[in-house]
Amino acid sequence: MSNLGTPFSTGNSVADGRAAAVSATPADAAQPGSPETGPSGSPANGWSPAGILANGWARLLLGLIIPAAVLAAWQLSTSAGIFSVVQLPPPAMVLEAGTDLLQRGQLGQHIAISTQRVLIGFAAGAALGLVFGSLVGLSRFADVLLAPTIGALRAVPSLAWVPLLILWMKIGEDSKITLILIGAFFPVFTTVSLALRHVDRNLVEAARAFGLKGVRLLTTVQLPAVVPAVFSGLRLALAQAWLFLVAAELIASSMGLGFLLTDSQNNGRTDRLLLAIVLLAVIGKITDGLLGLAEKWAVKRWA
Amino acid sequence: MSAVLSSSALETPRNATGVSARTSALPVSFRALRRTFGKGAEAHTVLRDVDFDVQSGEVLAILGTSGCGKSTLLRATAGLDSPSAGSVDIDGTPVQGIDARCAFAFQEPRLLPWHTLQANIAIGLPTGVSAKDGKAKVSRLLELVGLKDFAKHRPREISGGMAQRASLARALARNPGVLLLDEPFGALDALTRIKMQDLLLDIHRAAPTTVLLVTHDVDEALQLADRIIILGKEPDEDGAAAPGATIVRTVVVPGERPRDRGSVELARMRASLLESLGVGSH
Repeated sequence: MSNLGTPFSTGNSVADGRAAAVSATPADAAQPGSPETGPSGSPANGWSPAGILANGWARLLLGLIIPAAVLAAWQLSTSAGIFSVVQLPPPAMVLEAGTDLLQRGQLGQHIAISTQRVLIGFAAGAALGLVFGSLVGLSRFADVLLAPTIGALRAVPSLAWVPLLILWMKIGEDSKITLILIGAFFPVFTTVSLALRHVDRNLVEAARAFGLKGVRLLTTVQLPAVVPAVFSGLRLALAQAWLFLVAAELIASSMGLGFLLTDSQNNGRTDRLLLAIVLLAVIGKITDGLLGLAEKWAVKRWA
Repeated sequence: MSAVLSSSALETPRNATGVSARTSALPVSFRALRRTFGKGAEAHTVLRDVDFDVQSGEVLAILGTSGCGKSTLLRATAGLDSPSAGSVDIDGTPVQGIDARCAFAFQEPRLLPWHTLQANIAIGLPTGVSAKDGKAKVSRLLELVGLKDFAKHRPREISGGMAQRASLARALARNPGVLLLDEPFGALDALTRIKMQDLLLDIHRAAPTTVLLVTHDVDEALQLADRIIILGKEPDEDGAAAPGATIVRTVVVPGERPRDRGSVELARMRASLLESLGVGSH
């Protein structure tokens, strides 16, 4: 029974496996539902898919399978000579490019400046998104007044802002952070304003019946009710912030991971180019993971 | 469940704050109350010509078929809804907007899922109560409704009956002059419902506030109320049903509470009330 179901499947595979066992082997059918079914009982022995998925280290290992396979395929295809070194340098060469840049002190600088831009732009954009999203979500008047304008601004493709921002703010930190701010604003604004409109009316009415109104009603009922939605908005916004960072750095910068991309392209350094892509993937995933931890805590606290 | 009651459980110390001293029951008067929803051809009258006086400290049950405006009457009293004509007066002054003299317990508990029971009950406290007095009052109420050991629990961690008791405690935290109960036990199983009814009687004995209880359960009304009003449609002179419900019958329930649930007299009244509601008692 323990080998029923693949270890990679998710969901209710324990129950599915049991159902299959019941129909397949009449001997097992005598004890289908009891949780303590001895050696053949799936949840107890840790070999069931659900048992594996309950273990944090096992989940981490499972998640690393595909990246490891990609890395192996990369290594094999380069050592087999399918691609030239210019097209696709082997992983070791990319690693070497990384250590080289690190020793020169440039890699740390690229990473630090990019992360700083993302964090400042994300924080400012998310804060504005929260404020305007609350306004539009709670007040019918603000909705009618602001929503059409904000909707039209959202329709402008991100790169269309770049020339204007550079013209107004010159090629410096301000223009890049503003672009990232624009990218982070909209997901938060949209999720917060929509979620506030769908807060359980019964809860709001009950709170009003006990004399809550205005800011107290907002902080006691409405904001806590939308915490899960706020976090999904924040995660979308963080992804957007990294996207807009690269857009900003590709166009006009002398530092950062986006600059490393264009600079390597111009110099034919495919190894550094790949390094920048891998770093963007890893750092993006780390920041998202940290936000995910905060989300987990907040949802447990507020939902 | 049979919470040990001391009458001090509900009464805050007289000298504590000016606000909490107001535990006395208040009379309620409905004056030519009318409520119409919609406008023009779409207009739909739910209640009309409701004229009635509730004595202070009285328990009044409001019976009626569903959709007859029982809840509308209660919501008008709390100020959650405003009448199209006429008024609701509490202690002689008309209700305008959310009224702090009332406390509401809804059919569903409507507790905030992110707060503990303790914090949920504290929401009912009247404004101006000091943190110390508020905390003391909440813990007294938790004890009163038998939830002392669940003060730090979240609503989703307790049963429906317990959540409904917490909702009742939240309403009592307000020291209401008028306690409004909108089918508060309707969603509970029969056994829990009887226990909740006994709890309500205990509470009322300890602090006799005015209670308006909307219910569709005739037995509950007979068990709890001093008087019962039935809302329904009354045919006008032509015999056609006039739009909107009004009070079609008022019944004084005899006997001291708690009443014998199996008494012959109550059984006779039950049959008669069911008939008024358009249900045969077979």
